[in-house]
Amino acid sequence: MSEAVKLKLSKKDLETDQDVRWCPGCGDYAILATVQRTLANLGIKRENTVFISGIGCSSRFPYYMNTYGFHTIHGRAPAIASGLKITRPELDVWVITGDGDALSIGGNHTIHALRRNMDLKIILFNNQIYGLTKGQYSPTSTLGTRAPSTPSGSIDHPVNPISLVLGAGATFVARATDTDAKLGAAILEQAYKHKGAVFVEMLQNCPVFNDGVWDAVKDDPANRQILLADGQPLLFAKGTKGIVMTPDLRPQIVDVGEGPGQTPASQLVVHKEAGSPVYAQFLSQLVQPDFPMPVGVLYRAEKPTYDQLATQQMEDAKAKLGLGDLNKLMFSGMTWEVGADGTRH
Amino acid sequence: METKNLERVVIRFVGDSGDGMQLTGTEFAKAAAEAGNDISTFPDFPAEIRAPAGSLFGVSGFQLHFSSSEIHTPGDAPDVLVAMNPAGLKTNLKDLIDGGTLIVNTGAFIEANLKKAAYKTNPLEDGSLSKYKVHSVDISHLTNAALEGSPLSTKEKGRAKNFFALGLVFWMYGREPEAEVRRIYQQFAKKPEFGEANVKVFKAGYHYGETAEVFQTVYKVPPAAFKPGMYRNITGNEAIALGLVVGAELAGKTLFYAGYPITPASSILHSLAKYKNFGTLTFQAEDEIAAMGAALGAAYGGSVAVTASSGPGIALKGEAMGLGVMTELPVVILNIQRGGPSTGLPTKTEQSDLSQSLYGRNGESPLPVLAAKSPGDTFYCAIEAVKIATRYMVPVILLSDGYIANGSEPWLLPNLESLAKFPVEHRTDPNGYFVYERDPETLARAWVVPGTPGMEHRIGGIEKDALTGNISYAPDNHEKMTKLRQEKVDRVAQDIGELDLSGPESGDVLVIGWGGTFGALRQTQQAMAAQGKSVAHAHLRWLSPLEPGLKKIIRNYKRVIVAELNMGQLRQVIRSTYLVDAIGLNKIQGQPFKVAEVTAAIEKELGGAHQASSVSSTQPAANA
Repeated sequence: MSEAVKLKLSKKDLETDQDVRWCPGCGDYAILATVQRTLANLGIKRENTVFISGIGCSSRFPYYMNTYGFHTIHGRAPAIASGLKITRPELDVWVITGDGDALSIGGNHTIHALRRNMDLKIILFNNQIYGLTKGQYSPTSTLGTRAPSTPSGSIDHPVNPISLVLGAGATFVARATDTDAKLGAAILEQAYKHKGAVFVEMLQNCPVFNDGVWDAVKDDPANRQILLADGQPLLFAKGTKGIVMTPDLRPQIVDVGEGPGQTPASQLVVHKEAGSPVYAQFLSQLVQPDFPMPVGVLYRAEKPTYDQLATQQMEDAKAKLGLGDLNKLMFSGMTWEVGADGTRH
Repeated sequence: METKNLERVVIRFVGDSGDGMQLTGTEFAKAAAEAGNDISTFPDFPAEIRAPAGSLFGVSGFQLHFSSSEIHTPGDAPDVLVAMNPAGLKTNLKDLIDGGTLIVNTGAFIEANLKKAAYKTNPLEDGSLSKYKVHSVDISHLTNAALEGSPLSTKEKGRAKNFFALGLVFWMYGREPEAEVRRIYQQFAKKPEFGEANVKVFKAGYHYGETAEVFQTVYKVPPAAFKPGMYRNITGNEAIALGLVVGAELAGKTLFYAGYPITPASSILHSLAKYKNFGTLTFQAEDEIAAMGAALGAAYGGSVAVTASSGPGIALKGEAMGLGVMTELPVVILNIQRGGPSTGLPTKTEQSDLSQSLYGRNGESPLPVLAAKSPGDTFYCAIEAVKIATRYMVPVILLSDGYIANGSEPWLLPNLESLAKFPVEHRTDPNGYFVYERDPETLARAWVVPGTPGMEHRIGGIEKDALTGNISYAPDNHEKMTKLRQEKVDRVAQDIGELDLSGPESGDVLVIGWGGTFGALRQTQQAMAAQGKSVAHAHLRWLSPLEPGLKKIIRNYKRVIVAELNMGQLRQVIRSTYLVDAIGLNKIQGQPFKVAEVTAAIEKELGGAHQASSVSSTQPAANA
């Protein structure tokens, strides 16, 4: 993209004339603003950008982005986005989804889009609750969540979104909180540039049905977040605490220092974005309330994308077999001619 | 040795599902086509890939009808039955005509197999086959003898016995063996030791017929008279795949096909996956829903998008099909029907997904539905489905069935240059653009694809304003949009050709059919008309909207019969649409109509009896 185009775009250019209909105080507003500002700064081509969503509060997102947009049906956004990306590889395709949409009703599509390394940017707004259907517990709700459908508390164990997507094969995995515009922008910029299956978990607040679910994390970032930096040890609490890996591969919080009962910084786990899958899974186990939550880029890998491979196969076939000739195709197999007398020749 | 000319022969090969009966049948069909006969085939196999050997439910059959005149069906009852084991004999003998020829592999009639087939005594010895011309041949033994000294294992040798049967019938019907020998070598080019063995056994079978003098007669079925032109043999699923490729070409678009494996639709995906050099993209999705979703995404991006399945998969696609109706995107959905409900009869044919096609989505969700009548016809239907979908901006369902999908017929190859192009244009002019502004003739909205500058817009599954496409919950707007979506489908009628009517435009009996029953219905009507009976047959290609030509004639007959392989799904539509007291001819056995069944039903109406007919012993939904 040229500098001229870049300079022209402002956040306002990415807003639509539609009234934003989320509840006052919803975390979605902050994410929307971050996305609009970041993409404007990146100087994207609006016509080559498509936002696709499923169903849920977050899935209204495309209506507010002045790009191409498709608000689809519950859970199916990754499938629909895949069809678009395979046939139109030049487009930037973003998928906006929620914890219910992506991890419950659409779990299968999420898994398979990621394992194919489909070049989609999937942004999941995780508020641990169903909002649009009025407050039922979701697949990420903690055990014991009291909701209209679980008056005695939920009895199913939540899914860890990061563990799941790492297992499925995402090649870019990151996390930020909804109101952290600076980190959000940094992650989105890298997500935009990554070629392959992106998964970003946005810790998002639902002020109506699950207010404050991430407050512990958001209100005390120094102690409850680990800001990941490639090549740097896992540190928090202003560098006074860190994470080590126990001999049985579990994370453990330690006091950092050279004194008695303290662990030298050199023994802490060092963050590597392109680390091993085992390390990435280790990182995913750092969740509240027992641990501060890592934010930033958790994992990154380079792999051919589905659309690249599909295009390659097509080019190979054309090179090997020549451009398809429909007449030849029709006449393939055993053919015979019937003459004017109606019999075979 | 005597040579007898026959007008037509129906032969059925039966054996274990591992016996290679499908291959034997297919090869013999090729030979018949090569010799210039008209052919029609009916493969009938179990859902189990390799059912336990010798079991009754593991029997696989292939029926071939070849003729020196035009035929439309694989034949009611076999004249010749080739039974490779007792289970095959047990399950198929009832269909063999009295006095028919029975070729039996005696080598398989051992105690254990007889027991598995629930025979108390050996039918070859107890006189129960006396009304047939029985040829007892120990094919198992003769196959092994032919392969003496071959490096193959005993088990591998045993697998070649279908080629013995093939050789034998080649000789019986005076087919030239050379072409077959070449084909076998070709087919087994990668495993030459198997090719060699199969050729040996094939020749042994052929020479056995010649030398053993068990057959007194060689039969000849002279070539049929065909329309001049180039021909090939084709199955419904092969032809539908070709039709999609050609349809996309005529539209000037790339073809995107998403599917999930399901019987009997899978082979369409197999065919298209080989056409990458035509720019065809295929996608094996994680499930049926994803296949439909991916097709929608591709349509949104401007491709000719297609998905296919059978009833169970179509049920899963329903919600996404509704999204296609709502967002008015062109997608072609193929339903290769099989017996239902639920998993039903995966490898058997039925026409029981018509109601599902017409109504199987939430809300008022109309879309055009058409049905192919024969293997070769699927080619033209596929093109028509692509054309209507892109012209009207609407998902289109094309119905086929297991019988059409797997059955084959000689197919007059179309002249591609003679097929009318229908190039798709994507609007690129942003001036005065409204997302749901419509073409006055077709009511289609403009197909604006991502990547077009200045026309960025949002669509979705929520009801939208009739002009701007913005979300709208306005009461009047919803009613307006609902009616518009219906009217768009209704207007497809302007692109529907003449009604396919055979027989008088008024008279005693009108038989209405649709889809794969065409052959049996048309053949019956023609035969009865030739006897001077006042019978007409209208075959519907379009089920939604209904063909305009039908309305003009439906009241001109004393009796109207709706014949279909279900409980009366089209009949319900006909009755409610035209207020005509249509009578049902229904069969729900996973098998196609026989000409005799249709004839009996029509005779009954000609005789004045006015009640629902059924070919099954139990009466389906009576309507009288």
